[in-house]
Amino acid sequence: MTSLTLVRRIKARPDVVFEAVTTAEGIAHWWGPDAGPVLLSESDPRVGGRYRVRFRILDNTEHESSGEFLEIMRPGRVVMSWCWKGGLEDPGESRIEITLRAVPEGTELTLTHSRLHDEETRSGHEKGWTGALDKLEAHFAGGAYA
Amino acid sequence: MFDAWLTTRSCGAILSYTVNYQDRLDRTFAALGDPTRRAILARLERKDGASISELAQPFAIKLPAVMKHLDVLDDAGLVTRSKSGRTVTVRLRSQPMREAMEWLRRYEHFWSGSLDRLAAYAERKDAEARRRGR
Repeated sequence: MTSLTLVRRIKARPDVVFEAVTTAEGIAHWWGPDAGPVLLSESDPRVGGRYRVRFRILDNTEHESSGEFLEIMRPGRVVMSWCWKGGLEDPGESRIEITLRAVPEGTELTLTHSRLHDEETRSGHEKGWTGALDKLEAHFAGGAYA
Repeated sequence: MFDAWLTTRSCGAILSYTVNYQDRLDRTFAALGDPTRRAILARLERKDGASISELAQPFAIKLPAVMKHLDVLDDAGLVTRSKSGRTVTVRLRSQPMREAMEWLRRYEHFWSGSLDRLAAYAERKDAEARRRGR
């Protein structure tokens, strides 16, 4: 697939993880690639509602991403769109799908980030990406699991 | 990787570059979305520089169909074709593939950092709730 998928096991119940993923307060605690702070976090977690997050990373640059909640099934699944403000880093719109599954130690979270454009492209092609793209996926297999 | 990527923001001249970049990514991903084209690329990766009839040989499709696939790969910049006499030699170009991988790497970096923090936060909240006897 042209998308990125990460799986994590979290020692917390799915409803707790769901709140952390979707609420403004939750998002403010984790959004961003490093220990830099979240500067602004807004979220209206219902279908059609929007979120907006501004964060600073450790090189002192600020970034803002926002999008719309496309699907919400509490506490198992949330789908949202993603756009960078200004769009220069990646001008395309992408799609984030998070599923939460109860497991004995808590929750298994599966996150898939895909480019919206690919979804359209894919429908016209055969399903599944093997061969060349397996190599891309293998590239992440090492660090993708907690 | 993330740093290199972020240096492209706030620089107006870069916009056309990123739009082209986006365009190229779309073409790369679209070109890779076909099993015959992936097989052609895999073959070129094992042995770079093949003639069109060599490439067509393993497939149960006619030469013109192979040519069409090569056009798509060529448009995406994944292969180059050079003619010498009557023979066309097809070679692999790695740049578009590298860009596609970079796209994935940037977001992998973003999400692996974010999910570490999400897990830590959710685990703390869950422990707090349990202590309160919920």
